[in-house]
Amino acid sequence: MGSEWNGFVGGEWQKVVDVRDFIQKNYTPYEGDDSFLAGPTQATKDLWAQVMELSKKEREAGGVLDMDTKVVSTLTSHGPGYLDKSKEKIVGFQTDAPFKRGMNVYGGIRMAMKACEDNGYQVDPEIVEFFTTHRKTHNAGVFDVYDAEIRRCRTNHIITGLPDAYGRGRIIGDYRRVALYGTDFLIEDKKAQKESFGNVYTDDVIRGKEEIAEQIRALQELTKMAASYGFDISKPASNVQEAIQFTYFGYLGAVKEQNGAAMSLGRTATFLDCYAERDLKNGTFTEEEIQEFVDHFVMKLRCVKFARTPEYNQIFAGDPVWVTESLGGMGVDGRTLVSKMSFRYLNTLNNLGTAPEPNLTVLWSTRLPMGWKQFCAKMSIKSSSIQYENDDLMRPLHGDDYGIACCVSSMVIGKEMQFFGARANLAKCLLYAINGGVDECTGVQVGPKYRPVEGDVLDYDDVMAKFDDMMDWLARVYVSALNIIHYMHDKYAYERIEMALHDRDVKRYFATGVAGLSIVADSLSAIKYAKVKPIRNENGIVVSYETEGDFPKYGNNDDRVDQIATSIVTKFMDKIRSHHVYRNGIPTQSILTITSNVTYGKNTGDTPCGRKHGAPFAPGANPLHQRDTHGAVASLSSVAKIPFRDAQDGISNTFTIIPGALGKEDQVFAGDIEIDLSK
Amino acid sequence: MIGHIHSIETFGTVDGPGTRFVVFFKGCPMRCAYCHNPDTWSMEGGEEKTADEILDYYDQNKEFYMNHGGLTATGGEPLVQIDFLIELFTKAKEKGIHTCLDTSGIMFRRNDPELLAKYDTLCQVTDLVMLDIKHIDPEEHLKLVKQPNENILDFALYLEEKNVPVWIRHVIVPGITDQEEELTRLGYFIGGLSNLKALDVLPYHTMGEAKYKNLGIDYPLKGVPALTSNEAILAKQHIIDGIKKRRKELAEHKNS
Repeated sequence: MGSEWNGFVGGEWQKVVDVRDFIQKNYTPYEGDDSFLAGPTQATKDLWAQVMELSKKEREAGGVLDMDTKVVSTLTSHGPGYLDKSKEKIVGFQTDAPFKRGMNVYGGIRMAMKACEDNGYQVDPEIVEFFTTHRKTHNAGVFDVYDAEIRRCRTNHIITGLPDAYGRGRIIGDYRRVALYGTDFLIEDKKAQKESFGNVYTDDVIRGKEEIAEQIRALQELTKMAASYGFDISKPASNVQEAIQFTYFGYLGAVKEQNGAAMSLGRTATFLDCYAERDLKNGTFTEEEIQEFVDHFVMKLRCVKFARTPEYNQIFAGDPVWVTESLGGMGVDGRTLVSKMSFRYLNTLNNLGTAPEPNLTVLWSTRLPMGWKQFCAKMSIKSSSIQYENDDLMRPLHGDDYGIACCVSSMVIGKEMQFFGARANLAKCLLYAINGGVDECTGVQVGPKYRPVEGDVLDYDDVMAKFDDMMDWLARVYVSALNIIHYMHDKYAYERIEMALHDRDVKRYFATGVAGLSIVADSLSAIKYAKVKPIRNENGIVVSYETEGDFPKYGNNDDRVDQIATSIVTKFMDKIRSHHVYRNGIPTQSILTITSNVTYGKNTGDTPCGRKHGAPFAPGANPLHQRDTHGAVASLSSVAKIPFRDAQDGISNTFTIIPGALGKEDQVFAGDIEIDLSK
Repeated sequence: MIGHIHSIETFGTVDGPGTRFVVFFKGCPMRCAYCHNPDTWSMEGGEEKTADEILDYYDQNKEFYMNHGGLTATGGEPLVQIDFLIELFTKAKEKGIHTCLDTSGIMFRRNDPELLAKYDTLCQVTDLVMLDIKHIDPEEHLKLVKQPNENILDFALYLEEKNVPVWIRHVIVPGITDQEEELTRLGYFIGGLSNLKALDVLPYHTMGEAKYKNLGIDYPLKGVPALTSNEAILAKQHIIDGIKKRRKELAEHKNS
């Protein structure tokens, strides 16, 4: 290796790909405050004004400014694109122009066509023909195998949002590797990995070798793509500007090739700070310059765009990319992983203003340095744009180099990935239990024709037994669908550049999820503690409920109902675990419907908890709207009881509070009165 | 013993230091024109709870209060149920919980020895009193809350004798409690309290109005606008001016 690593403390990381080892040996924990931060440069202001202007035009054009309809997006499909080359310190767009959306077809040609058509564009007929007749897509593969039962579950919305027609996402490449090692080193490593499979050609070995061949090709193409922008990424980055640029090229490669449901960045800040500290020490760059690089980097992340359909945007409530960056946290050795770069990332909310992307996620620990906590609080108040996650909960499981994909899915960077599995609607499953598998909205026999509830009052033990049976069925169908999906995604839309930035043997989480937990908990509580009468329509289907008396509601730290919620989580997880899952995946579960609650509500009938057909679900693991009457702590405590081991893919709680309810305004409140008489 | 409790708020951030478990007591003899909890006036309704039940619920959430937070009794007027309050705070102190009483002081009577003994006991288990002085002028006070203020000011002096730390709270209502002279006078009075730890100026807001509607009571301050932040800062300064004046006099007196 050349001079690029001069000044760094050496170690294992120089011999094998080990970014964490590099970080641990070279990073500088920062325990100070935000006073060192620099504001935006003129170039930053100018470029951002350009982006804002393009955003305005995009809105005026109805949501999409331009789409590529002729060229399938790959690592090398497009030439370089710029805002203003003379001002950009970090460069690169998904296509050859900002705000021009690329065309990703490997997930499914029909979805690509629809995304274009819905926005007033037409995919080139030759491309359609090619990907219909000559080259199969993920979507086509899945539907070759889906059976009638799975299709019924999809159309009746008991299993929703399955990534069977679009990219599954949720895989975080270790984009830092591009900066630290350069692609030559990584390609050599991959070649050795390929050899290491040996020559006994089992199915797994054949697939493994083919995948690594794809990864090597992707690294070579990534190098070419960077060269088109005038950078040689075959060698390591030599300063912080290059380190940011190379890391971004890695990420850019991923978003050129994959239109995934979440395309997260990882945990890059403190890695990059090693370079920043070295450059500051050597006088290579000033604080203003480094902040400018970060601002331009973040500006690029804010411009990542995909071609999507209105239906997709409805499920996800907008057009999110989930460029999640995990910030801060504590190291396993007790040092904080907060660095000056963590501050610089949050400072982009000052310099560029508030934005939902990148999804800046603070890994929170009670032991974080006070200066960082205060800065986070300050920026939260100012921007309402920061997400917090519990580092103390995740660190024991993942160590200190994990990141968040999407909103809550934790994984060790470069060593773990997940098969994203959307979610099953447990509230609807409860209604199926009551109606013997008949959908309460469509009247279709979707689930197995079990005996429906009888009589005029719902009996807890009876409903629970039926619910248990129905969950057994749902778990089986759900896992089956996901097995098919991930088999086909690996086969027809393999994430070659993201997986090129992983180890050979990755841990694959097989992520499932549930929606409607609070509805199930409150409904079962109502059945147990109050008197719930089913109301049937002319076909004998229970379509509504009459409840007499009060019942404990989830969200008040009341064990009588909270234990129902936690037991359902554990129960459904165990049912998922009982099935064969694709590629030795490790089954996990999430409770995190942050964005699609309105859609779920529309497709789920009246529930025994008193919720009416059409009323939205609560987000994630939240209590139902206005059912938590004892304040935030009680509400949060209920959510906190859900066992992480059975919901390892994440438990989300969406929390809104007016600033005035968070404490006294310091100008009005005068504490510790010690009057200075001289003033 | 049974307490009559209106409700419990597990995430109190404005009723005492830190994050607090706030117990709203039922019952209040005051009828403050700007009261934003009229649903706590009567002893009717609410829930009957024992001190142990309340503290069990506190314990379930205690991690949230450990960092300089604690338990606050408010209402309503907690001192209406002084026996229950003593039991609650005594048991809380046994568990090492920081106790804070948010009160108007209206129930205090120095000339009733039996009652005074209860107050003496209460002081021993109370870490902080937030005393809400509604108006410094006796006549204006009577007008505003339908009760005199002599015993309230006396309660402030009593707490000083007992060396119980106090925060003085004062609601600023536009046109009613925002006159500079009255505010300075209030400051002059509390400036004499050696146990004064903080001044909590509470800008009048209109969020209580909906509750009156629900209870079918006329809202006494209909049409009065909420106090702006700038007005609140100014009001605070007037009170601080009064505190300074008194402190200065005390310092000069001591020196001479």
